Amino acid sequence: MKNSIKLMLTGTAFALVAGSAASAETLRLLTWGSYAPEEVIRQFEAEYPDIDVEVTFSNNEEMIAKLRATGGSGYDLAQPSHDRIFAAQLEYNIYKPLDLSQIDTSVMQTNLLDGVKANTTIEGEVYAVPHQWGTSGVMTNMAEAPDVTGWNDLCDPAYKGRTSMRLRRTILLGTAFGMGMNPFELYNDLDAYQGMLDQVTEKLIACKGNIKTYWTGGDDLQSLMLSGEVVVSETWDSTAFRLYSENPEIVFVPPETGALAWIDTFAIPRGGEADDAAYKWINFVMRPEIITLMSGSTGAIAAVPNGIELLPDDKRDAVQAAFDQQDLDNLKFFANIPPGLEDMEGIALERIKAASE
Amino acid sequence: MRSDAGKLSLILLMAPFALWILLLIVLPQLGIGYVSLREKVGPGQFTFGFGNYLDFLGEPIYWNTLLRTAWMSILVTILALLVGFPVAYYIAKMARQRSRAALFLLCLIPLWVSDLVRAFGWIVLLRETGLVSGALQWAGLISGPVELLYNDVTVVIGLVYTVVLFMIVPLVSTLDGMDDALLEAGYNLGGSRLTVFRRIIVPYAMPGIVAGCIITFMLTAGSYLTPILLGGKNSSWFTEQIYNQFITRYNWEAGATFGVLLLGFTSLVIWLGLKLTGQSLATTVAKD
Repeated sequence: MKNSIKLMLTGTAFALVAGSAASAETLRLLTWGSYAPEEVIRQFEAEYPDIDVEVTFSNNEEMIAKLRATGGSGYDLAQPSHDRIFAAQLEYNIYKPLDLSQIDTSVMQTNLLDGVKANTTIEGEVYAVPHQWGTSGVMTNMAEAPDVTGWNDLCDPAYKGRTSMRLRRTILLGTAFGMGMNPFELYNDLDAYQGMLDQVTEKLIACKGNIKTYWTGGDDLQSLMLSGEVVVSETWDSTAFRLYSENPEIVFVPPETGALAWIDTFAIPRGGEADDAAYKWINFVMRPEIITLMSGSTGAIAAVPNGIELLPDDKRDAVQAAFDQQDLDNLKFFANIPPGLEDMEGIALERIKAASE
Repeated sequence: MRSDAGKLSLILLMAPFALWILLLIVLPQLGIGYVSLREKVGPGQFTFGFGNYLDFLGEPIYWNTLLRTAWMSILVTILALLVGFPVAYYIAKMARQRSRAALFLLCLIPLWVSDLVRAFGWIVLLRETGLVSGALQWAGLISGPVELLYNDVTVVIGLVYTVVLFMIVPLVSTLDGMDDALLEAGYNLGGSRLTVFRRIIVPYAMPGIVAGCIITFMLTAGSYLTPILLGGKNSSWFTEQIYNQFITRYNWEAGATFGVLLLGFTSLVIWLGLKLTGQSLATTVAKD
């Protein structure tokens, strides 16, 4: 009797193990909206029939919050920006080191790869490699606001009630640059940084009457710009490039103080269960033909030496209309955020939001 | 034996409810309370104390937002009562029996659509290039486009629209039970319409009024989407502060503190409301 039960259990266990081996492995992606287009997933699953791709769309803050809540499990591959990894990893230990031998880093643009590695190396282990990069700057509707050159134009009374921005840390940094300061140089001196934040807060509160509303997502911003309700806005360049194909009057303006450049990366959460599939995905989306598909969906530029050439035609036109070589040389890459800084910025943002005009 | 079986069936019947309350309401609240007492001293290091609560009191933005949320929620509750009472009275007392169900259903229909879609509906109507602005221009009432979004009035309208149903339902069920003879007696004894309303209808409907107010107040104070989407640049709602603390600032301790404070504060407001109207939870929400 006992033996037969044992036998049955063993049989069941075997069946379970065999069953899970035969059934598909799942790759759970935690990434930005539009960073996993249907077509790319379809081609990936066609090439690796034993892998199922599941996608969750998110943003930098939510990625960290989600991974922190589970101690880094629940997802197999995440795509935070390069400046948001170091502090989060030190504080919450949510990623595991990458096995660089599994990644074809030779296709990646050297300076971006080295920059991300330098930003995300902890105790000799590398935690991220670059995927795509883009910038934050200002977008303008040339028909109504042709003279826009930088961050300060958002607060120009000439466009009263027709400007917009996202109330997050990017606008604090941009406004600081517009006021002639360099926030990245103050990162290591929190007192000086607070002094800068106070000035920026004051400026943005004074500017509040000039602003129509704070946009909260790309879709929100698109409808504000396309309807003409807003003519100048802080933006991601990728959103501006997408709008350029619908209305060529809407162009991205790299601020004269330098567009703020971000690099979205690949990082593997500590509790990831499909590392092989994750590495396969990373190598797959860095192939030239996939890059064109991916960039067509995201509007961002792949971190490969010919990333701009591999953009689809309309996006490449938009990039060339926006950037010249001087703008590209003047990019300001986000520096690693030291612990404690985001708390200070959070209070500044709340002060601005709560202030009345 | 028989009473054992009765006990067992009672336990089995209550078990899902008890588990639900315990696992999904009580435990998370205890967890939130625990986190709110944790003070962060360094990466991954914590001590216990009331520091987070002191921080809340020391930063005027936070308690101002809480007071603002409470005051606007009370305003929304009062408006919902003013809008909801005539509707409820009409459905319960004046409409014919046959149309009553249809009218009630009409009130329910907006609930079949998600909060988010309803908020976007308001955005489509009220934005500068939206329907209302366009219609007013077409009618020649205004010369240029007008922005109707992104202010407190819009937030209040949107919230009243979202919660008014939860005011109507308890009012209808209370008024439905009122005997028309009471009203006739009032008029026969020489009462004016106002007197009958004030001395008979309102006191009779009081449990329904209070129940509706409690539900709408709680829903409003805890709402997130409507104030964020319609309020734009000046809408500070307390739930948004909680979201910000948890998500954008990774500060779970402060977020948990705010959560506890919101629960405590809304409970206090409701307790005050019950005291002022001389009602209790047993006579209103839990009335059988």
